[in-house]
Amino acid sequence: MAALEIDGLDVHYGGVHALRGLSLTVGEGEVVALLGNNGAGKTTTLSAVSGLVRPSAGRVAYEGRDITGAKPSAIVRLGLVHVPEGRRVFSTLSVHDNLLLGGYAVGDQAEVRRRIDRVYALLPRLAERSGQQGGTLSGGEQQMLAIGRALVTGPRLLLLDEPSMGLAPLVVAAVMDVIREINAEGTAVLLVEQNARAALKIAHRGYVIENGTCVLTGTAADLREDTRVAEAYLGGV
Amino acid sequence: MSQLVWNGLFVGSFYALVALGYSMVYGIIKLLNFAHGDLYMLGAFIGFAVLGAAGGVSAGMALPLLLFVLVLTMGVTGLAGVLLERVAYRRLRGAPRLSLLITAVGASFALEYGMRAASGADPRVYPVRLGGTSLEVFGARVTLQQLALVAVAVLLMIGLNLLVTRSREGRAMRAVALDPKAAALMGIDVDAVISRTFFLGSALAGAAGVMAGAHYGKIDFMMGFLIGLKAFTAAVIGGIGNIPGTMLGGLLLGLLESFGTFWLGGEWRDVFAFGVLILFLTVRPTGLLGERVTERV
Repeated sequence: MAALEIDGLDVHYGGVHALRGLSLTVGEGEVVALLGNNGAGKTTTLSAVSGLVRPSAGRVAYEGRDITGAKPSAIVRLGLVHVPEGRRVFSTLSVHDNLLLGGYAVGDQAEVRRRIDRVYALLPRLAERSGQQGGTLSGGEQQMLAIGRALVTGPRLLLLDEPSMGLAPLVVAAVMDVIREINAEGTAVLLVEQNARAALKIAHRGYVIENGTCVLTGTAADLREDTRVAEAYLGGV
Repeated sequence: MSQLVWNGLFVGSFYALVALGYSMVYGIIKLLNFAHGDLYMLGAFIGFAVLGAAGGVSAGMALPLLLFVLVLTMGVTGLAGVLLERVAYRRLRGAPRLSLLITAVGASFALEYGMRAASGADPRVYPVRLGGTSLEVFGARVTLQQLALVAVAVLLMIGLNLLVTRSREGRAMRAVALDPKAAALMGIDVDAVISRTFFLGSALAGAAGVMAGAHYGKIDFMMGFLIGLKAFTAAVIGGIGNIPGTMLGGLLLGLLESFGTFWLGGEWRDVFAFGVLILFLTVRPTGLLGERVTERV
């Protein structure tokens, strides 16, 4: 059973037709990259899956269960967690409080503590700064906090929106390493990126979307070799 | 002098209680809920009805009975606030702020004139008044009932502050106030948190309404209008959206009024209060403890 199946998804924003019959799947334990230019519909796809945006047609299934149009708070509880573009950490709350909020929907407080300890072990910078306000962290640290916070919710599928945005190349590599590690522990990942090169390094498969619909799909290796991808997203051959 | 301070703190604790609801609602959905003062009025009337239903009050039982009525009224007024948000504000969540503001003004009129239709335009005499035994504290004449009311107000404020800063629900409230979308993605039911915020804010206003009824002995359907504006002023002085700031603002406004009245005469009291509002809005719109967010992007 696939972790995520999107079938014929349509999203309208007022008069704008942002997604046109988009379909894709994420297998269990897979990292799938979703590539495309600005305005292609990548963020909209994630928002429609996590319940922030209501699709006008189509179906979203998570682990075989139809979640189309469900509330975001209900979807998180199922283990499908969206880390939004721009990190959106709670800027005046401490790093630790940000992580505790990840555990909001988890009933067992001992389990929340265990997960936070695991996040601190995976991302030691956060442990060093646990008392600091989220908004005072550097961009890379904020991205780590956004991912760490999502890990505390206990995800089986993570949706990551542009985790490399605005980060220095070394920091991008560190973020990608963390994503790879999270995946190695069994969490499936749908990774939206403009940095196609970085994304295809850690992805198993990928989709390229344009104007709200899928135009190309294949294994990460195939996509890296594909001349069309190379021209459009990897800065020429 | 100490009498002026005491009077100021006493009135200020009322302002603070009402201002907290203003401030919390503003913090969480950026709405100036102009109907908030009318929830205070509603609280006074609910307390009036409950006291009436309880029948006669013997002098010795006045304080325990009043506390019971206070708790009951807080619950009912809290639910009224939840209903108000549900009916009038929730649908407008994505609408321009001005639409929401106008709706709040409409809700305020609806509550005021609804109460006038239900209960008449004449003031009602509150069926309970606390004994007037007074004592001297640092040269100020303080009645026991004033002390009891201030103690209740302080306890409510301490309780609220603990709830917001220490509890899981309070953390969720602060998260929704900062970024509702990100909060929803953490599994927080944003609508439920907003409802709870309205409940808490309205319950505090209801408590203040009962306390005002018991203290002044008279209530009427317009009693929430002026205190609503005063509470807004208090919230702006302290920093709207900031809970300790709002408490401070309430007490400061009470003190300012007390001293202003002494120096300039009672007829200048409101002029003084709203003059301070204008001063703060021009010079320091974030208030004394308003949050200046330090954020690196």
